[in-house]
Amino acid sequence: MGILKTFVLGGVHPSENKLSADVPIQELPVPEQVIVPFGQNLGAPSNPLVKRGDKVKAGQLIGEASSFISSNVHAPVSGTVLKIDNVVDSSGFRRPSAYIQVEGNEWDEGIDLSDELITKEDYTPEEIIEKVKKAGIVGMGGATFPTHVKLMVPPGKTAEYLIINGVECEPYLTSDHRMMLEKGDEIMVGIRLLMKALKVDKALIGIENNKPDAIRHLTELAKKYEGITVHALKVKYPQGGEKQLIKALTNREVPSGKLPVEVGCVVQNVGTVFAVYEAVQKNKPLVERVVTVTGKGVSKPSNFKVRIGTSIHQLIEAAGGIPEDTGKVIGGGPMMGKALLNTDVPVVKGSSGILLMQNHAASRKEESPCIRCSKCTNVCPMGLEPYLLSRLARVKEFDKAEKEKVMDCIECGSCQYTCPASIPLLDYLRLGKTKVGENIRNRNKK
Amino acid sequence: MLTVSGSPHIHGDESTKKIMYGVVYAMIPAILVSLYFFGLDALRVLLLSVAASLFFEWIIQKYLIKGSMTITDGSAMVTGILLAFNVPSNLPSWMVVVGALVAIGMAKMSFGGLGKNVFNPALVARVFLLVSFPVQMTTWPIPKVLPSSIADTISGPTPLGFVKEGLRAGETMSQLTPHLPTYMQELLGQMGGSMGEISALAIILGGIYLLWKKIISWEIPVSILVTVAAFSAILWGINPEQYADPLFQLLSGGLMLGAFFMATDMVTSPMTRGGQLLFGFGIGLITILIRVWGAYPEGVSFAILLMNAVVPLINRGFKPRRFGKKTGMATAGK
Repeated sequence: MGILKTFVLGGVHPSENKLSADVPIQELPVPEQVIVPFGQNLGAPSNPLVKRGDKVKAGQLIGEASSFISSNVHAPVSGTVLKIDNVVDSSGFRRPSAYIQVEGNEWDEGIDLSDELITKEDYTPEEIIEKVKKAGIVGMGGATFPTHVKLMVPPGKTAEYLIINGVECEPYLTSDHRMMLEKGDEIMVGIRLLMKALKVDKALIGIENNKPDAIRHLTELAKKYEGITVHALKVKYPQGGEKQLIKALTNREVPSGKLPVEVGCVVQNVGTVFAVYEAVQKNKPLVERVVTVTGKGVSKPSNFKVRIGTSIHQLIEAAGGIPEDTGKVIGGGPMMGKALLNTDVPVVKGSSGILLMQNHAASRKEESPCIRCSKCTNVCPMGLEPYLLSRLARVKEFDKAEKEKVMDCIECGSCQYTCPASIPLLDYLRLGKTKVGENIRNRNKK
Repeated sequence: MLTVSGSPHIHGDESTKKIMYGVVYAMIPAILVSLYFFGLDALRVLLLSVAASLFFEWIIQKYLIKGSMTITDGSAMVTGILLAFNVPSNLPSWMVVVGALVAIGMAKMSFGGLGKNVFNPALVARVFLLVSFPVQMTTWPIPKVLPSSIADTISGPTPLGFVKEGLRAGETMSQLTPHLPTYMQELLGQMGGSMGEISALAIILGGIYLLWKKIISWEIPVSILVTVAAFSAILWGINPEQYADPLFQLLSGGLMLGAFFMATDMVTSPMTRGGQLLFGFGIGLITILIRVWGAYPEGVSFAILLMNAVVPLINRGFKPRRFGKKTGMATAGK
């Protein structure tokens, strides 16, 4: 296989713990009730189109994109809207959401629910982007940036490569891995459609080398599709970070504060690609996704295909129930996921996994003085100095933190993971980013 | 009740304690060599130095700083062992205790304790003892198995001191060399010197362990050794009768100990690899300047302390390579 590609600066290698890697995707029955937040994307939430008492069908538009960076939201089930109310979602914020009582399983007209592979490609780029936009697709790796916006290359820039993120560098998570194994053909067609939308003739799929079966499978499939190549990457976190993945595959570095298209790249996650396939070929909006439910105490670590809005409590039950010694529930992976207050949180478009951590692993170690070992600096994939940035944030020197490029931080957590003194570096970096972000916005207003 | 905290939710197995005990393990070969050559006296100095260092850290934490207790983190033990390594094995016990007080009290705790000190504590103590008690600090016991020629000629000084005196008295290197230990003897530790610095081999073994465990990186030791070797090679090339050869400079005195264990102290060395290279270069350069032209035969301690002082400046000047600073377009697009 030769030397595996990877990014250059920093990185760590946490235990992979892919407990559910060999468990096929299982479709869970439609729940009795769903809670669908109107804001499931990065950017502005959608405007509600339904009110209490309305009957909806699965796939029906219930929230309309409200601005440029915003996404449509569709009813994931058929039934009656019980109420519109604020709900604490996995991000910890209260968001207006639709409670839908499920009745039957009726889908909106024109949606193809069959498993038949459709490889038709005669769409114009505009048609593809329009379908993606209509279907409410967002980045399903967790960032939830509206996909159609990413597909609209800004004037004066050209995309050269479509980069497909099959890295799944977060420990424990396996939903992308299973998708690549089970939906390989659909992903390939989705990639061809995205290539067409972006007018590029090269697509590079990056997969970490701890998923040899996915690498083999997609390499085999890629032979049938023009312009798609599969690349095995070294297992190193955060290989799946957009900028790190571009560096690994093309050796280009996205400049500070710029988007990937600056270096001719557009990155899409494999889950997103599948959603694009369904949106274009099946007319199916984004109302389902695959979620990994895992953790060392979980009796049946699983990959579930569920409707958006399903309570994660139901997913945990399906994986054998919540273990008694659970001390922390994380939405997402252990490096970048968010700790949840309770399990009454709905699955949203960005929910890649639910990780249950045992009591003994739930709390942080006690902080001790910085011994200036420089490990945080050595592992930072952005070439920052977390020890310095955290100290600047602590003493409120936000202008200095801005000069030291705190806004470049991708919040991967490698610094805090590696810190021998267990200093909550990323907490302070986030504080610094928030304050510097405010300062920048205030400056731009003037 | 669920715990809620910011990501990341997992932590690697690194800890300050693990690092400090890693350094202690790395010092075992040099401890064994000192016990072999200097016997019970070395044991006395070692135990006393460690005990006094722990005691002073404990009492200062408890009654002066009133911070959280840190004596179990291993850092005071490391300082204690390093202090013992830096003194002759026949140093009077009370001087060892004074050294520990200076190291822990003055050089470490007065700055705020672990992680806050600017200068290497053990070296501050060594230099303090050297200028306060120059006679006791330079009366070197002779390792038991020293060849008779040296035992006869130099009863006290180290090879470096012997060379310095000899050259000052107008002798040439070819006259002095027959009375010096061989390279092999220097490598194994059969020469006069502080109890932990005599065997280059034992220290290199420990250094390899530190590198393997990623407690230190190669930049500091390698840049020090390369600078010393290169600089002394130039002088030796100019006049081999007036200047000692590079191998002698590398193997004698406290250079190996300084390069692998003293200069690499995380707290008092630069944060970036570029800064570490400059730091090592500075130490190597100053060491040779002092050894060749200075008043003292040995310059490693002074060199490290002087470079410790400029570490904050180095940190300001040497930043890691930021991601995205060069766009990489030059290599792309094919």
